[in-house]
Amino acid sequence: MNRFEWVETRSPLEAAGLTSATAAEAMTVLEGQPLPRDGSILKAGGIDLLDLMKEELIQPRRLVNLRGVPGLDAITEEGGGQASVGLRLGALVTLEQIAESVEVRKRYAALAEATQASGSPQIRHVATLGGNLLQRPRCWYFRSSFYHCLRKGGNRCYALFGENQYHAIFDNHTCAIVHPSTAATALVALDASIEIMDKTGVRRHARIEEFLVSPDTDVRRENSLKAGEIITAILLPQFPPAFRSAHVKQGEKDAFDWPLADVAVALELDPDHRCRRIAVVLGAAAPVPYRARAAEAILKDSILDEAAAARAAHDALDGATPLAENGYKVPLFEALIRRALMKASGLS
Amino acid sequence: MASDSLHREKLPLGIAGIDLHTIERQLPAEEPPALAPNSALRVIGKAVSRLDARAKVTGTARFTADVKLPGMLEACILRSPYPHARVLSIDTTSAEHHPEVRAIHVISRNRGEAQSSGRRAAPGPPTLLYAGAAILAVAATSRNAAEEALKRVTVKYQTLPFVVDMEAARKPGAPLVFDGAVDQAETGGGGGAETGLRQTGNVRGPQTDSPFGGTRGDLDRGFRDAEIVVSGEYRTQVQTHCCLETHCIVADWRTEALTVYISTQDTVGLRDELARDFGLSRNRVRVISDFTGGGFGSKFGAGDYGHAAITLSRKAGAPVRLILDRAEEQVATGNRPMTWQRLRLGAKRDGTLTALSLLSYGSAGVALGAGVGTIAQAMYTCPNFAMQQYDVLMHTSPGCAMRAPGNVQGAFALEQLIDELAEKLKLDPLVLRDRIDASNVRRVERRIGAERFGWASRKAHAAGAHAVKTGFGVAQSFWPGLVQSRAACEVRLLRDGSVEVRSSVQDIGTGIRTVLAQVVAEELGLSAKEVSVRIGDTDFPPGPFSGGSMTTGSITPAARKAAYRVRRRLVAEAARQLGAEPETLVVRDGQIFSSVEPTRGHFFRDIFRHLNREEISAVAHRDADYDGFRMPFADGDGGYARENLGGVQFAEVSVDTETGIVRVRRIIAVHDCGRPINPLQIESQIHGGIVQGLSFALFENRVVDRHSGRMVNTNLEQYKIAGASEVPEIEVILIENYTACSATDAAGVGEPANIATAAAIANAVHDAIGVRITELPMTPSRILATLGNQQSPRLKQ
Repeated sequence: MNRFEWVETRSPLEAAGLTSATAAEAMTVLEGQPLPRDGSILKAGGIDLLDLMKEELIQPRRLVNLRGVPGLDAITEEGGGQASVGLRLGALVTLEQIAESVEVRKRYAALAEATQASGSPQIRHVATLGGNLLQRPRCWYFRSSFYHCLRKGGNRCYALFGENQYHAIFDNHTCAIVHPSTAATALVALDASIEIMDKTGVRRHARIEEFLVSPDTDVRRENSLKAGEIITAILLPQFPPAFRSAHVKQGEKDAFDWPLADVAVALELDPDHRCRRIAVVLGAAAPVPYRARAAEAILKDSILDEAAAARAAHDALDGATPLAENGYKVPLFEALIRRALMKASGLS
Repeated sequence: MASDSLHREKLPLGIAGIDLHTIERQLPAEEPPALAPNSALRVIGKAVSRLDARAKVTGTARFTADVKLPGMLEACILRSPYPHARVLSIDTTSAEHHPEVRAIHVISRNRGEAQSSGRRAAPGPPTLLYAGAAILAVAATSRNAAEEALKRVTVKYQTLPFVVDMEAARKPGAPLVFDGAVDQAETGGGGGAETGLRQTGNVRGPQTDSPFGGTRGDLDRGFRDAEIVVSGEYRTQVQTHCCLETHCIVADWRTEALTVYISTQDTVGLRDELARDFGLSRNRVRVISDFTGGGFGSKFGAGDYGHAAITLSRKAGAPVRLILDRAEEQVATGNRPMTWQRLRLGAKRDGTLTALSLLSYGSAGVALGAGVGTIAQAMYTCPNFAMQQYDVLMHTSPGCAMRAPGNVQGAFALEQLIDELAEKLKLDPLVLRDRIDASNVRRVERRIGAERFGWASRKAHAAGAHAVKTGFGVAQSFWPGLVQSRAACEVRLLRDGSVEVRSSVQDIGTGIRTVLAQVVAEELGLSAKEVSVRIGDTDFPPGPFSGGSMTTGSITPAARKAAYRVRRRLVAEAARQLGAEPETLVVRDGQIFSSVEPTRGHFFRDIFRHLNREEISAVAHRDADYDGFRMPFADGDGGYARENLGGVQFAEVSVDTETGIVRVRRIIAVHDCGRPINPLQIESQIHGGIVQGLSFALFENRVVDRHSGRMVNTNLEQYKIAGASEVPEIEVILIENYTACSATDAAGVGEPANIATAAAIANAVHDAIGVRITELPMTPSRILATLGNQQSPRLKQ
């Protein structure tokens, strides 16, 4: 690991001004070029950044520590005092805070369940939601300095015809990573927005589906955050009382493991179980959380029962293109989609 | 006072609570009298907390990485990025100019690999045979500087064709790992291979014989006599040791002597190796291992890293510390070799075995010793047996001994096939085993375990439409009883009445430190806490290495003998001072009492008041078993005991047939280890064996990238090990099996605890889903594929 300078900051604006590159930019070089060593990188929980630095995949000259920035570590109602228009999760809110939050558990169960299923207790107490969204992929080729893959500025994906048991089964023709954030699966289902501030203090909002970047758009990044920008909050919209959500994750291990597959479902049911709103999102399936549109089409405005859930789960996998070692993910996702639908609708 | 001539003793024999009786044996002079069964003892057989528990938990225990010497340098190693390459040149000029660099050492020979038979290696850097092979080491004033210096080294490689797939390596025309025949000597914990076997291409063997029967009888006739024949093919993966403490060393070369602090399973073996390799006499080498953070067979010898650190220390004239990181630990310190086995088994309708054949290919990468052990040839009675065990060489890191080498893999295969035979014969798996297993110990273990487990409630599998099925399974363990007679121990009673035990034996986490205290405390009428144990240092009498479940059985008789001699001399002196007959004196609670005055105790220190000596001490050695070894080791340093080690484990699993997830719900483990010395520690070690076996069964797997030949999961995030959530309810039942073979009758349990687990889980999975998983690990992918539930368009490049 390289030597670096440590800078404390007290405001998002100052932090945004101190950064010179996103982690993705600081890790991308042309074949045969050395890694840049002059970057100034933001550090929140530091869980992923430390991993990347230990593997010498990133060699920043300066770390800007965000943990001292006040006001970014709270869960608050949006709309202030009056009727809530949703929930605001500060970027430094830890996964544990979310998993333990009564409001999140009550109104956005999928997110509480997704964060509860992430990492280990130790990690959940340190990892922040902002950092979790921005972490880099866990693909073992990407994580090894031996392989200069597409995502690091190289010219090939080593996983496509290599060891790909943990890789994508959708949208995997360019780069076969799966998105590393389990929380993101839930946030897509919950139609969350990302609040971003740039170094001039200007705020912008991006729906999470627009914030996340697929390899077809840019294979060298997983999100649209730019250098000099900082995530300040993740915003969850207000849903009607009939709204329900659920998340299921299956790792090889039950704790401290990445999902082989995870599914978030968000829906609104009429009293007769007719589906008014439906989102079915697959994590660990594609380079960004994968919206199972085929399943949603079957369920929208239909009665959600066991048979419909099974049909939707089956059709959700249409178009999957599993690789040599990850065909098992197809039946696995089918089972998890069905279970997530049953769980969200209260049928199971 | 006992006479120094031979004496006859009635020793306990048999299983406590079952068939315990006594047998009269003639014991050699100076042997202590018979030790009563545990129920009559005060310290031995009792659950004594580890003496070093507090030190370990609070972090005050000094492991090798904690050693800091004045002026100590930090070293690290440059490793091969290629699985097969010739080193054309190494330019260290720029590294040498680094201001903090103190020494650079180019490694001339990779240890752990098989060696070309009878041929001298060419001078210069060796050909690199696996990704991760050591090339060069640097010592600098900080770890950071050493790493920077490595980046300044320029190596020119000529990459060569390689093979990292065992099936591909067997084929004619596969890239050769060695261009001639190779051999590899055995290490303490196993590994290595029979010398002089035939070698064709990358395939070496077969091994057909062993001390456990090997090929025997008439196989063809056995199969002709069979009324039913079952067969199967089984595959097991590469498992890495994953010791919590990575390999590390602090080497301090001085003109007068070499001192080495190292994480090791064998201080004495290491001293002898270093003396030989560095041209020193043994009295000028000292090896110290206060604590060793885990050892499952990979911590024998000094390895590339140890030799490099010592050489750097000599060059730099300063102590050098070298700590391997986790990735190095995964690729360059050994592993459990992968195996493929084909078993064919013939039997009569009543279950009597008539023939068993075993064909195996295993690969320890660039090393030898990938056999499947002694399970098939020794567990069950079968008059006609034939085996052919082959090693396959390929360009992956060297395997080595790992907890019950071969037998874990062997049990996974044989115990599944025995269950299959039981199924065909419509026999309960336990009933079949009762008919074909001659071991009385395992018979008792099966009965006790089945009762405790509730085996009788075993349901028919695949009942009901629920996605999650549950199943029961059982499997057995066989491990040879092994004894090292190179096992010495000194007991000292000091003038102030305090007691110390000294031996070079190292505690690799099993608790031998506490066991020694218990044995000596029992003999001297003390509590374990009152005995100070000083071990892990070759300045003390030479203890055994820690491997093969041998430590306790080898060293405790020596400790008891030494303590007995100290007691005898103390009592003789006390008798002299008190004017009493020695036979009228007893030692208890740290005092000596006379039958004449039973309430008046004399403390040990009181005796020294009238004795012009600083201490009463004795050194004792292990020697052979009372009834002799079944067969001595070839090197004369010990032998095969007459009694082997058993163990039976029962598993309950659940299998989710939709997701392919297997979970182990509970394990009942019934084990024997001769006379148990410390049930608490034994239980702990069995827990460890079960968790490691479960982890092997379900998760662990070295993944090598087929195109680059490198292991891709070199961290403990991607190399998956069972965690707290995956650990089932475990119940250990220990039986006391008295064997009348030594002064303590103790034996080890490290390997037996690990042998049966994966096989028991596999049998339980079969019970749950009705199909057999014959390849490890049992991942969702494999379960779903076996259930015919997987869509896998196998893309070809």
